[in-house]
Amino acid sequence: MIIHVTDQAGENHELEGLEGWRVMEVIRDWGLNIKAECGGALSCATCHVYVDPAWTDAVGKPSEEEEDMLDSVGDVRPTSRLSCQILMSDALDGLKLTLAPSAGKD
Amino acid sequence: MSTEITTDVVVIGAGPCGLFAAFELGLLDIKCHFIDILDRPGGQCAELYPEKPIYDIPGFPVVTGQQLTDNLMAQIAPFSPEFHFSRMVNSIEKQPDGSFKLTTDADEIFYTKVVVIAAGGGSFQPKRPPVPEIEQYENKSVFYAVRKMDDFRGQDVVIVGGGDSALDWTLNLQPIVRTLTLVHRRDAFKAAPASVNKMKELVAEGKVNFQLGQVAKLDGEDGQINHVHLTTEAGDLSIPATRLLPFFGLTMKLGPVADWGLELNDNTIVVDTEKFETSVPGIFAIGDINYYPGKLKLILSGFHEAALMAQAAKAIVSPGERVVFQYTTSSTKLQKKLGVA
Repeated sequence: MIIHVTDQAGENHELEGLEGWRVMEVIRDWGLNIKAECGGALSCATCHVYVDPAWTDAVGKPSEEEEDMLDSVGDVRPTSRLSCQILMSDALDGLKLTLAPSAGKD
Repeated sequence: MSTEITTDVVVIGAGPCGLFAAFELGLLDIKCHFIDILDRPGGQCAELYPEKPIYDIPGFPVVTGQQLTDNLMAQIAPFSPEFHFSRMVNSIEKQPDGSFKLTTDADEIFYTKVVVIAAGGGSFQPKRPPVPEIEQYENKSVFYAVRKMDDFRGQDVVIVGGGDSALDWTLNLQPIVRTLTLVHRRDAFKAAPASVNKMKELVAEGKVNFQLGQVAKLDGEDGQINHVHLTTEAGDLSIPATRLLPFFGLTMKLGPVADWGLELNDNTIVVDTEKFETSVPGIFAIGDINYYPGKLKLILSGFHEAALMAQAAKAIVSPGERVVFQYTTSSTKLQKKLGVA
């Protein structure tokens, strides 16, 4: 399955993901600009992405704990999600998202 | 005047790998001092995920970050390591005799034979919000902590965030500022409910302005802000302000480590896999901060690295001394050191 990721510089990347992987892990393993410093423990917010509006229903809403973590970035939008909380599945084949500035490495 | 401390080993970073290094060094009669930017031991385990379960520590089917930290502190207690918290190492200088001189931002000088860098992802620093040109205002009119309350007296202060720091400083600074606006992206707070209620009372009394939104841009000159521009659901908004306090938690930055002349690989320190020594003899790096082919950022790998590093450190601290490899299970000598024999 494929996800389409636009990085902070506006470049588009087509990444191959595997069922059950976290979207954060796919983005990180392909070497894009994502800090993901807590490694997926929902303890930072440095894997912050904007989900394409066409995909927000399929991806679903953030949990209360994820909303709390989103308080620690300054560039939240209605389509914000932490990519470590999105699991790859057939339903998300073709998912489009954009890396948030706050997810970038220094 | 600077405080001067002379020791065998300085460990930079009191996370799990650094803490376990004190155990391995202690078995070899080497005393160490810890320096850490946080105010308590545990590193990421304590700061990022104290309550989160860890499932891959050998012998512990499940343990939380805080439990692991507490256990390690108990395990190294017999060796009485000394801790220097809430400070950062600024510089490391090699002395003519091969030892090292370290300086910290708390005005200390450490003279040590060996340096062990166990700094994980780097030092924890306040998270900088993605606001254009915010750097040019930092430490002049934009602050990430309140060091002197007087800096805020009579000022037009904007505080950003919804956690305890944002709420606590809203309550503490309100009596002395000229105006205070609390900005948060939503009408829900993860701060202590009592603080939230107190803040809401101040808003009702007209003493604090609460504004939903996020900071988009700053106006000002020569480091002095005069307006904070917000994006809100109702459109853009500009607030007159002379001080901005963003509270977005902490993030890890490599920091001064990058300036110590060590060979790096993408923000990690290159080491060998026999001694876990860096490109500068006498400086070792263990745990998440090091790099070698096949490196896995696992706590258990850091424990292994600490054990091998300690053997190499012993050769530097006590040159020429013959070290007999022993087990804690059977060696009365080691058991005496641990206070169990």
